[in-house]
Amino acid sequence: MARLFYLLPLSLFLLLGIYFAAGLTRDPSLIPSVLLNKPAPSFDLLPIEGYEDGFSSQDLSDEVTLVNIFASWCISCQIEHPMLMELAAQGDIPVMGINWKDKPGDGSAWLKRHGDPYTLIGDDANGRTAIDFGVTGAPETFVIDKNGRIRYKQVGPITPQIWRDILKPMVEDLRDADVENFSGSDDVLDGNHTDNGPGTSS
Amino acid sequence: MVAEIGLFALILALLTAFVQGVFPLIGASRGDTALMRLAQPAALVQFVLIALAFGCLTFAHATSDFSILNVVENSHTSKPFAYKISGVWGNHEGSMLLWVLILAGFGAMLAGIKPRSLATLRVRAIAIQGIVATAFLSFIVFTSNPFARMFPAPADGMDLNPLLQDPGLAIHPPFLYLGYVGFSVTFAYAIAGLLEGRIDSDWARAVRPWALVAWVFLTIGIALGSWWAYYELGWGGFWAWDPVENASFMPWLAGTAFLHSVRVLEKRDALKVLTVFLAILAFSLSLIGTFLVRSGILTSVHAFAVDPARGVFILIILAATIGGSLMLFALRAPSLTSSTSFAPVSREGAIVFNNVLLVAACATVFVGTFYPLFVDITSGERISVGAPYFNATFLPLMAISLLILAPAATLAWKRGRLSLAMSRLWPALVVAGAVFLLAAWMNWPKPIAAAFGAGLAAWAGVGAIADLLVRIKAFGSPISDSWRRFMGLPLSYTGMTIAHTGLAIVALGVIGAGVWRSEDIKYLQTGDKIFAGAYEAVLTDVREGRGPNYVSEMAVFRIEKNGKFLREMASERRFYPIRGMQTTEAGIWTTIAGDLYLTLGESSSNQGWAVRAYFNPFVLWLWIGSGLMALGGIVAASDAPRLLERRRKLNQSAATLAVEA
Repeated sequence: MARLFYLLPLSLFLLLGIYFAAGLTRDPSLIPSVLLNKPAPSFDLLPIEGYEDGFSSQDLSDEVTLVNIFASWCISCQIEHPMLMELAAQGDIPVMGINWKDKPGDGSAWLKRHGDPYTLIGDDANGRTAIDFGVTGAPETFVIDKNGRIRYKQVGPITPQIWRDILKPMVEDLRDADVENFSGSDDVLDGNHTDNGPGTSS
Repeated sequence: MVAEIGLFALILALLTAFVQGVFPLIGASRGDTALMRLAQPAALVQFVLIALAFGCLTFAHATSDFSILNVVENSHTSKPFAYKISGVWGNHEGSMLLWVLILAGFGAMLAGIKPRSLATLRVRAIAIQGIVATAFLSFIVFTSNPFARMFPAPADGMDLNPLLQDPGLAIHPPFLYLGYVGFSVTFAYAIAGLLEGRIDSDWARAVRPWALVAWVFLTIGIALGSWWAYYELGWGGFWAWDPVENASFMPWLAGTAFLHSVRVLEKRDALKVLTVFLAILAFSLSLIGTFLVRSGILTSVHAFAVDPARGVFILIILAATIGGSLMLFALRAPSLTSSTSFAPVSREGAIVFNNVLLVAACATVFVGTFYPLFVDITSGERISVGAPYFNATFLPLMAISLLILAPAATLAWKRGRLSLAMSRLWPALVVAGAVFLLAAWMNWPKPIAAAFGAGLAAWAGVGAIADLLVRIKAFGSPISDSWRRFMGLPLSYTGMTIAHTGLAIVALGVIGAGVWRSEDIKYLQTGDKIFAGAYEAVLTDVREGRGPNYVSEMAVFRIEKNGKFLREMASERRFYPIRGMQTTEAGIWTTIAGDLYLTLGESSSNQGWAVRAYFNPFVLWLWIGSGLMALGGIVAASDAPRLLERRRKLNQSAATLAVEA
């Protein structure tokens, strides 16, 4: 009986080891991958103040598209902005904007000041669409394939390097490849560097 | 070239560690002195080789050698030089290399003291260190080569994670590792002792200084990490019960329990099984703490890159080291018998009680840290365990610990008298009562438990000092006499008193900064003010700035109290374009009563800037108290050389006596 007592630590450790081993099979980046390779959520957003066209999931078809979540209160978006402007100038890929949790007028004033890279912009003032997309902060950018499915999520600003090394090759692959056979990458950059919305902890 | 030298040195170190681990162990069991003699040179050579490899990696980082992948991924030419150096261990491969460097360093020290001694206990301990080193060197060589080349070499690197570009972070991992790895010596001695079937007072005397050294480093490392989180992460807190923080705290709790029980073993030749178990536990928790964050099993802000192959390797190493040692424990511990029994009211009785509390506290932290994993695997649900759980389970245990701390230290070994304790401690009781009433009155209607905690902390701290004052007869005898008595106190007692006082001060800091803090968040235009504690902060200006590898927005505040200008403070948000990351540089004004802490948030075009203001009482006490705890450990450890010397002389005179007889 006393012997069993001394075996207790070992048995507890073995039990723990089983859990650790099972834990290794988990994918730690599970949250981003939930929507990966699934069709983008359906939405129909109104235009932001001063614009005529809104943005809806119907607009995502036939072409590889970037959907960018932005807000006027988000500093990282401002930093990302020149990169989006450059993409718009090249005219290579449509960039759609979702203006997240902004006050009426703030989004369009911000675009007037910094320039407007977006083909279409939808107003997501209450953040519902962003929730459907699983957005955790701004900026975030989704790569949508020809069939309207989410292929990649970029958390944080697109820097020239990220565009060159990750997004551009992926966009080209998606354009060329047979869409059905493409296996999306599970790599998602860590999300420490985004704004989590006004008034929440950062 | 540098990379090849480094890798080659690592491979040689692996082979040397294998020799150090296997042959002396065989030698010790067969009584073959030739094999036993291998232990000492092997330990020294292994250290030199790893130091060489570490030097190579440091050189590559310092010179921004972008043909090495590790440098590309973690450095950038525009990074300040100091962070180029700290970048060496700011990543998975480099921190592993630092880890084995420290392991080999402890091994070399163990081998370097009394180099010619062939006491089997010490030889076996060195060998066990060699085995641990073999496991981790193979982990580095096979899965985490820091010297992997990148071809073609890019023009510039990807920069170190900006959160890690900070003096606090640059130095806290080395301290933590010195702590974690320091417990490897205790562990090695525990295994060696179990192999020999000899755990006694001599064993305790040999181990205690090492455990103290490890504990001091771990204490400093945890305090530095907490300090870093406090001013860099920008949320005004100092402890978040994050898995990585818990990972460093669990070995600390186990190590603290070990330090107490090894003292009983040394003095009374009792508590053998518990002491050995705690030695294994402390190092096992260090291993789990260091490596779990790297395996992807737990995720956290601190986590390094995740790679399943590494995870499997780490798990195998953990299973072998921890499982193997616990197996040995199960086989050998039943035969360890104590020569003495003891009374419940005695120093050792109090220590046992304290250790039960510490181990229980350690278990609650463990359960809280791993519960999300258990739930996820059992039911597939994802949950997180937050501060409320830890506060509800851990804090009451610590409260009891504080309650018994002062009386326990006054008790005599073997058989103590509580009445004596009370006759010494009544001043502490008075002070504690006063602190409780004052805290309850000032912070009404905040939780009465916090005021009670403050009273307990005062009881423990003043009690520790009161006991010291009685012992040196501070009242009623001339100061010079008291001073002589103070200098004559055993250093282990003085160290203990300093550490216990430090603990009490930390406890006050925890209560102050954790419970009594005040916080406000507002959108401010320039000229608007925000309140924190008794202070007002007026936003005077927001400027844009530029650093070597970041751009920033800096808010300047004017601090006033009752309309009187006190000083200016600044708070910054930085964006690091290369990594695409943002950091907060909080503005902090530290005083003995508390910290005024300002952070700058997002701006909104029509409302201004989001600003958070905190007043965190007694934060400084956390750092002072931690420093005192570490100092106490150092004082206690500094007794070791003198005691060893005295013991050597005793043995010598015994030997001469024997010869004369």
